[in-house]
Amino acid sequence: MDGVSIPLDHVLLLSALLFICGLLGLMMRRNIIFILVSLEVMLNASAVAFVAAGARWGQADGQIVFMMILAVAAAEVAVGLGLVLQIQRRFKNLDMDDANRMRG
Amino acid sequence: MLELILFYMASTIALVSTILALTRANATHALIYLILSLLAVAVVFYLIGAPFAAALEVVIYAGAIMVLFIFVIMMLNLGEKGDRREKQLLKPQVWIVPVIFALLLLVELVLVLSKSVPATTQGLVTSKQVGLTLFGPYVLAVEIASMLLLAGLVGAYHLGRRYLEEGREE
Repeated sequence: MDGVSIPLDHVLLLSALLFICGLLGLMMRRNIIFILVSLEVMLNASAVAFVAAGARWGQADGQIVFMMILAVAAAEVAVGLGLVLQIQRRFKNLDMDDANRMRG
Repeated sequence: MLELILFYMASTIALVSTILALTRANATHALIYLILSLLAVAVVFYLIGAPFAAALEVVIYAGAIMVLFIFVIMMLNLGEKGDRREKQLLKPQVWIVPVIFALLLLVELVLVLSKSVPATTQGLVTSKQVGLTLFGPYVLAVEIASMLLLAGLVGAYHLGRRYLEEGREE
């Protein structure tokens, strides 16, 4: 069984690499759609880590946390895309550097 | 041995398509690659013994959440530029790479289903176990998630409604 099962380290490595991709995308891109996509990638990467750990010990808790992450991602995307519509209407483009001024 | 090869294939597809998704200039292309990456992660979930999480990944992430993204890109109404982009989408060099990756994932799916690999690898967590845990010790988390989704619904409605109303006045 040890010979054929997928090593936990490698799944966690996949999760870490996906998270790094998401983080780099978040830092490099200035289009708000791509910023939201990078956030999705990062949430998904953390979900991979939870599910892998849950599967390693045969517990369902990892998948419960995965479902919570799904709920968070859905709520975040709904509000984020509402903001995308507002920013597009107000600035006529999706560049976040145009929206970095606060009024106050 | 087979599931190890399948796992490395699926994780390579996930990583490559994520990198491609985040380096596209066009948002629609990026979403196609992102859906591919989510499908590959679903295969990984299935291989490490979490079939319920794999199903949720496909149905909710690659299905519902990505459709939200695509709807919003459609609502942004790119006009004449959008039409040209749409014509460009039909050229083979745009969709050939995602199609090859998706076919690889399909081959993996057929292999996995014909051999029923995950049932014999490490601890398989069935959907019954997940359901019992979800509505047993974690029932409070379900309530909190429902409140969060309700807040998300109200917030999205509020932001989107002003957009629609002001768009109508113009």
